[in-house]
Formats: sequence, C-alpha cells, structure tokens
Amino acid sequence: MSDFSGRPAATVRVVEMVVAALIACGGSVVIYDSIRLGSKWAEDGPQAGYFPFYIGLILVVSSAAIFFKALRAGSRATFVTVPQLKLVLSVLVPTAIYTAAIAWLGMYVASTLFIAWFMWVLGRYSVARILPVALGVSVFFFLLFEIWFKVPLPKGPLEAALGLN
Amino acid sequence: MKFSRIVAALFAAGAVLAGSAAQAWEPTKSVEFVVPAGTGGGADQMARLIQGIVAKNGLMKQSMIVVNKGGGAGAEGFLEVKGAKGDPHKIIITLSNLFTTPMATGVPFNWKDLTPVSMMALDQFVLWVNAESPYKTAKEYIDAVKKAGPNKFKMGGTGSRQEDQIITVAIEKQTGVKFTYIPFKGGGDVAVQLVGKHIDSSVNNPIEAVAQWRGGKLRPLCVFDDERMPYKQKVTDTMSWADIPPCKQAGVDVDYLMLRGIFMAPGVTEDQRVFYVRLMQRVRGTPEWKEFMEKGAFNTSALMGDDYRTWVAKEEQRHQQLMKEAGFLAGSK
Amino acid sequence: MEEISSLMHGFAVALSPMNLVLMFVGVVLGVLIGVLPGLGGANGVAILLPLTFTMAQTPGGTTSAIILLSCIYWGALFGGAITSILFNIPGEPWSVATTFDGYPLAQQGRAGNALAAAFTSSFIGALVAVVLITFLSPFVARFALQFGPPEYFSVYLLTFCAFIGMSKGNPVKTIAAMMLGFALAAVGLDKVTGQLRLTFGHTELLKGFDFLIAVIGLFGIGEILKTLEEGLEFKGTQAKINARVVLETWKELPRYWLTSIRSSAIGCFMGIVPGGATPASFMSYGVAQRMSRQGAHFGSSDKPQIEGVVAPETAAHAAGTSALLPMLTLGVPGSPTAAVLLGGLLIWGLQPGPLLFTEQKDFVWGLIASMYLGNIAGLIVVLTCVPLFAAILRIPFAIIAPVILVICAIGAYTVAGAMFDVYMMVVFGVAGYVFSKLNYPLAPLVLAIVLGDRAEESFRQAMLVSQGDLGIFFSNGLVGTMTVLALGLLVWPFLAGLMARLRGKS
Repeated sequence: MSDFSGRPAATVRVVEMVVAALIACGGSVVIYDSIRLGSKWAEDGPQAGYFPFYIGLILVVSSAAIFFKALRAGSRATFVTVPQLKLVLSVLVPTAIYTAAIAWLGMYVASTLFIAWFMWVLGRYSVARILPVALGVSVFFFLLFEIWFKVPLPKGPLEAALGLN
Repeated sequence: MKFSRIVAALFAAGAVLAGSAAQAWEPTKSVEFVVPAGTGGGADQMARLIQGIVAKNGLMKQSMIVVNKGGGAGAEGFLEVKGAKGDPHKIIITLSNLFTTPMATGVPFNWKDLTPVSMMALDQFVLWVNAESPYKTAKEYIDAVKKAGPNKFKMGGTGSRQEDQIITVAIEKQTGVKFTYIPFKGGGDVAVQLVGKHIDSSVNNPIEAVAQWRGGKLRPLCVFDDERMPYKQKVTDTMSWADIPPCKQAGVDVDYLMLRGIFMAPGVTEDQRVFYVRLMQRVRGTPEWKEFMEKGAFNTSALMGDDYRTWVAKEEQRHQQLMKEAGFLAGSK
Repeated sequence: MEEISSLMHGFAVALSPMNLVLMFVGVVLGVLIGVLPGLGGANGVAILLPLTFTMAQTPGGTTSAIILLSCIYWGALFGGAITSILFNIPGEPWSVATTFDGYPLAQQGRAGNALAAAFTSSFIGALVAVVLITFLSPFVARFALQFGPPEYFSVYLLTFCAFIGMSKGNPVKTIAAMMLGFALAAVGLDKVTGQLRLTFGHTELLKGFDFLIAVIGLFGIGEILKTLEEGLEFKGTQAKINARVVLETWKELPRYWLTSIRSSAIGCFMGIVPGGATPASFMSYGVAQRMSRQGAHFGSSDKPQIEGVVAPETAAHAAGTSALLPMLTLGVPGSPTAAVLLGGLLIWGLQPGPLLFTEQKDFVWGLIASMYLGNIAGLIVVLTCVPLFAAILRIPFAIIAPVILVICAIGAYTVAGAMFDVYMMVVFGVAGYVFSKLNYPLAPLVLAIVLGDRAEESFRQAMLVSQGDLGIFFSNGLVGTMTVLALGLLVWPFLAGLMARLRGKS
C-alpha cells in the first residue's frame, strides 16, 4: 500500500469545531421554526413545535460543548492528509457532478458516462474493458427498471431521440 | 343532480362521437398514474384497481404505472402534476386533500392548476361505534356525548385537518357537542383502534370498516349523505348498506362525500383529455369496477367535462367554508 | 389438532407445480428488489399486483397470486442483508443493524460466513413467526387490539432505550447525533396538527427526509469515501470462497441459540403489535449486545461478532412475517408491504378481517402453507448464491465502486422519485465520512430518523387521549410494564457503573 502520510490538510481540532458550529446553526434553525409553530405544552398535550424546540436546544447546547472542548483541548492530530483528501475528492467531485448531470442527461446516460470515467481515470482500463461494463450496467438497469419493474427513472435527450421514454 | 347527470351523459356521448370521428390521440409511452397518498390507502387501492382493469381488458396500448407521492398530505403529488405542464402522460387520482391540503398548509396549488378529467365515484362516510357500546342510533350516541361534557368522547380519524376532522367539526357545530379528535395514519388503523376501544367512534369510509362490521366488532349508526346507500345485499346476517339511516334523519344534519376523481396536468390538448375521459368511462363499465363499487358501498355518481368542473368549483367553495369555520386554514391556530 | 389438518390441506393447495414455480420466481424477484436500496418489497408487490388481478379470477387463483406476492416479500426480507454485509449499504431499512457487524466481518474476509448466518437466522426467525401464526392467531389478534397510542409510544421508547443504553463513545456526541436524527425526522408535515414544520416554504422538503436516503448516504457513500483514504480498494477482497462456508457457519450457529430465541420473540412481538421490522432489528441488536458475553465486541472493527448479525436478522424476518397476521385477522397492515398486499386482497375480492379465517379457509391455509414453503425456497436460493455474492468483493474497486455509486443514486431516486433526494444522498455521504472520522455514532442518528416521528406522533395522540396527563403511560399493566422496562434499560448502564464504583471504593 502506498504511503499517505503527507502534509496534513486539516487537524481534528479544526474540523471538530467546524462541524460543531454547523450543528449549532442547524439547531438554531430548528428552534426558530419551532417558536413560529408554537413550542408550548398546551392543555391537550404538546404543540407542533414543542419537541423540535427542545431538540434544537439540545443540539445547540451539545454542539457548543463539543466546540469549546475542541477549542480548549482539541487534538492537533491530522484529520486528513493532502494526498488522502485528493483521493477522496477525486471520487466525491465526479459523484457530485454525476448526480447533477442525471437531471438533464437522464439516469442511464449519466451512469454510463460516470462508470466509464471512473474506470478510465481511476482504474486505467482500456476502452475494450470499459465499454461493455459501462454500457452493460446501464442497459441492465434500463431493462430492470423501465421494462420489468415499470419504475420510471429520469430520462434525457438520448432516450427521447430513441423514443424510449 | 338529476339534470346534471343527463347533461353529463349527453356530453359523454358527444365526447365519444367526437373522439371516434377525429383520429383520436393516444398515449405514446407509459402513463404515470400519481397517487397523492401512501400505498394501501383508499386512493391507492382505487388507482391500482383501475390499473389492473386497464391492463386486463387491454383498454390502452401503453401501460399504466402507479406512483405514490403522498408527502406533505399529498402536496408532493399535486405539485408534481402541476409542474408537468402539457405532459399528457401523467394523471392523478384525488381525494379530499385536493382541497384541504392547500388550505391547511398554504402549499401553492389549486385544483385549477390541473385539468379535470372525470369523477369516478364519491366515497361515503359512516358514523361507527364499537358493537359492544350501548348506542343503537346516532341520536343516542350524540346525547351521551352531550351528557358527558366536552372532550370526554374520543373521535378517531385519518390525518389532521382533513375530511374526517372536517366531519367531526361539522357534527360538533351542528349538535353542540365537543369531541377529542385523535388523528391516525390510515383508515384501517382507525377501525382497529375503535375495535380495541381506544376511541369511542369514527367516521370511517365503508370499505375501511366493513370487515370489522361483518365480524361483529363495529356498529354503523348513520351515513353522512342525504339518502340511504342503494346496496341492498346483506353485508352482515341482518343488515345491508341500505339499512343504515342517513344522519340527517337521525338528527345530525351533516352530509359529506369525498371525491374520487381523475385530473391531468395543465396545458394538455382537448384530444388528450378526451382520451382519458373515454378510458375512464370504459373502466367504469367493467364488471370488476361495479363489484368494487358495491363492496365499498360507493356513491357511483360520475361526472365529466364542464359538469365536473362546476362540481369541483362548488366543492372547493364548500371546503373553504368548512375549513374556515373549523379554523383549519393555514396561518390560523 | 384442527390447525394441523387445516395446514396439511393448505400444503395440498400450495404444492401444485404451478405454485412451486411461482414461489421460486417470486423469491428471486424479491431478492433482487431487496438488494437494490430504495426499491422495497412494497414496490415489488405493488408492481406485480395488476398482473395478479387476472390470475385471481381463475379458480384457486387467489392462492397462486398471494403465493407469488408473498414470496417477493420473503425474497426482499432475505435480500436486504446482502449489500449491508458486502458494502455497508442496507438494501432495506431493516438491514441497517445488520451492517454493524456484518460489514466488519466482510472486511475481515468473512463475508461468506456473515451472509450464511444472516440467511439462516432470517429463516429461523420466519419459521418461528409462521408457527406462531399457524397455532396462535386468534389469541395473538386479541393481543394486538390492546395497543392504543400510549402502548405504541412505550414500544418505541423500549426500542430506543434497548439500543441507546449500550452506545459506546462520547456521550455528548451520541446525544448530538441522536438529536440531529430527531430534527431530520421532524421535517415535513406534522401529522397531529397538519402544520408544516421546518420546510421554510421549500416544496422539496414537504415529504421530509426519508430514512433510506440518510442511510444510503451516511453508510454507503460515507464508507466508500473512508475506504478511499487508504487507496483504491476494498478490504476483505481475499475472502476465501467455497461452498463449505455455509456448513462451517452452521456449525457455529447453534452456539447462539439463546440469542435466536430472544430475537425471534422480540421480532414476533414487534410484528404483531405492529411496530415493524426495522425497530425490531434495532431492539434485538441492542438486547443481544447487553445479554451476550461478547457484547463489548459488537460492532467493533477488530472483533465483529456473528451473533451481531444473527440478532437483527432473526428479529427482522420474524417481525416481517408476523406482520402479516394483523393484516389477515384485523385488516391492519403491519408494514408497507403488508399494506399493498392488503390492497391486493381487497381487489381480488377477499375481505381481510375477523371472518377471513372462517370464510376463506382454502386461501388462508394455502397462504400459511406457502409461508413455510416460500421461506424454504428462499433459503435454498440465497444459500446457494452465497459464494456468488461473496465473489462480488473480488471485482476490482475501480469497477465495483462506480457501480455501487450508481446503485446508490438509483436507490435514492426510487425512494420517492425525486432528484432532490439524490443530492441529499451526496450531502449525507459527506456528513457520514466526517462524522465517522470524528467518532459521532451514526446508529443513534439513524434510529432517531426511523422512530422519531412515529414516537412523537403516538406520544401526542396519547396526550390527546389523556388530555395532557402523563400518567397514561402507567395507566394499565401492559403500558406500565413496557415504560418501566424501557426506563430501566436506559438507566441500567449508569446504575451498573455506579455500583461498580461503589464496590471499588468499599
């Protein structure tokens, strides 16, 4: 296995604090909407915002505790090194692009391209290996979902051109 | 009502003629049938029955696919069809949440955003109590509720600020009693809660409670319609649906029927609409459909075209009024 | 006994060659549906329902139809475990707890054992439940009627306490993770008042966050990202794969007989109530962890336990099977799949309810017989495929990883047919990666999403019933026992710790 020690991209302490801050934000949003809904205990039991209010409150309090603990005595250990982060992003970014592409290319075309890209860039396979896998998977899912199970998945211009939608 | 039915029949006949004269439109791909409710409920059952009838009798060349989009009390499904402007391959079956959901939640849609196709039937509501309770008539029951004082009797129903609760509030307004309304997930749950005596009464649809009635666990008191139901075949040893008196006769002047109708996306052509009108007409003509209607004691009124549109508009007015009186409109507490 | 003769009659009805073929077709389809996350047993049954409509019109056809549909259901119950164990992606909600030990086992190269254990214990759970249905259905139906809103709440509370009390790790982070789950569960329509919560006018949020989206992201995508840090491969690729792995596992399984009995009991209880297969699997896992001598190793990456696979799978399958009982006798579906089956019965012209057992003897006993046969068929199908499933791990990472990601995306989409869910899946994936690296426990978060809104709903229904009096949770023997038991389980670790400390001092 190759060496991923490398330069640290972030320490545990910083990430810990960022995550805690995000959770606190989430908690505040929950509290805000709960107050709008009514967060009291009415005569016939709790109102719609009663539980969310306390959930939000606990979120804020617990994330504040995590935040200050990290601030005071957070571990300076490496959360992720630069080479590791690069590897993670090399999959995460294309995955994000892939999900965005589904909306306008359709599930099947986007999936074919995604698998092909992945095999080509990360696996360095030859076209002769890539094509059957990428096409085969999409055709299999097309048959499975559209024909067999009759569950429509998003389709794009190609399916429209082929009259398959 | 009678006049409008004749008009509807004439219109339908006209539609059939018009349809066969001009080379009619037909679906070119499979049709998505949206159910704005979860799997297993009344709307879902009817949609799947229609799908089955269409497939079995070959009423359509393309297939029909039922898709459940019940999020946000059905808003998810309605918004999807509203957004599919001009798409003739998407139809939706409605229940009362067509009116109640936008009113109660403020989600931006209205039936006018959709193209009305056809009313399939109206679903009845019946006042049920546990068979072991002493109440034999609606009057006895309401008197007992009145005597006990407010919030002593528990009425169970499906969902919140929807048809069951509207009926409950209407009963309260009419008779001056006060129930504790408890919302449950589905009609079947409500019926079982009533059998288990966790609630005192329910306003279940016939099909939701019929099994427990036949099993001798529940007792129907009255039906929320002007007239008796027409089904005379015995359901239990002694009673048929037709033996249940209308609530009005029993001193509770509340009537409520729930729409089971079909709508399409906005912006479709006349040809496309007519195709579905005819399709649904043929569905209603099958013996399977008639059997289903009888089993669920449905009110088999069916309307199309302008009559349907007028009926829906009137019904919206009525819901607006009912929801306002009950304090269920969005923003009100 | 009358039941035995009825059952024998049922076997005679179910054992036609046609029905046997349908059984295997149903099971294979079901396994496929179970493997694909997002596509659940409910989808499978709903999709084939119109087909059975024609089938049901021939004499004896309703039995064939229900055999086909229920076998899809068994198949889906079996299939859910496969991707949980191989890739940490639960194919079905009830296999989430299976990932806790199943996936680490696969990483150690014991995927075959984990799969064989999962399938076998699923079968045992189902068998216990079917026996229960055969002999005790009238009694059990009466028991289910005892459950009103307060009882439901106490069942959910019990599930929660059974599972959470054992959580290891930083307690503040456990609480934060759990509350995040509750907050996500609260998004969407509040069923008690009909108000929209936490949607801020966004229509995508109307339907709330489905638990499967969170699970696919947190567990599936998160795990792939974590794996990437260590290079482009999955661990456990050197899995030894041979046909003997099943026999080997079978030799080990009798050791966990007590866990099996306990988990079957929990599963049957949760199925009948109906609380559902997913809570059953969590509760059973939590209880097994408490009771087992190896409890400390449950869910650990260095010493995962086969027992941690046995417990949730047995309970999930027992619950899934016994959930059909309230459907048949009361007309109340115990699971979404049962809800669709119920719709099917109505369309075929059968009326589920108290009279079904007397009026439709052939149908009911045919169905019960098919439960025995369908599960045997299912076990045969999946066990023979164990080496095949385990071999999937040998496919190079650069091929299998994008395929898994595609399956995740399709799964996220099919849950509700919404692209928004696919985007959320990626967000949850990043969250899962960061959370697991910071030691936020994911299991309480997931459990909170599953149970959060149900627990809140029944709590508030109970409050409506009692007009705000909390005493309702102790108002009768049944609910009181469950509430006390739940609270006891919750505080037990603290008490035990306190006792140990006191003893240490003296």
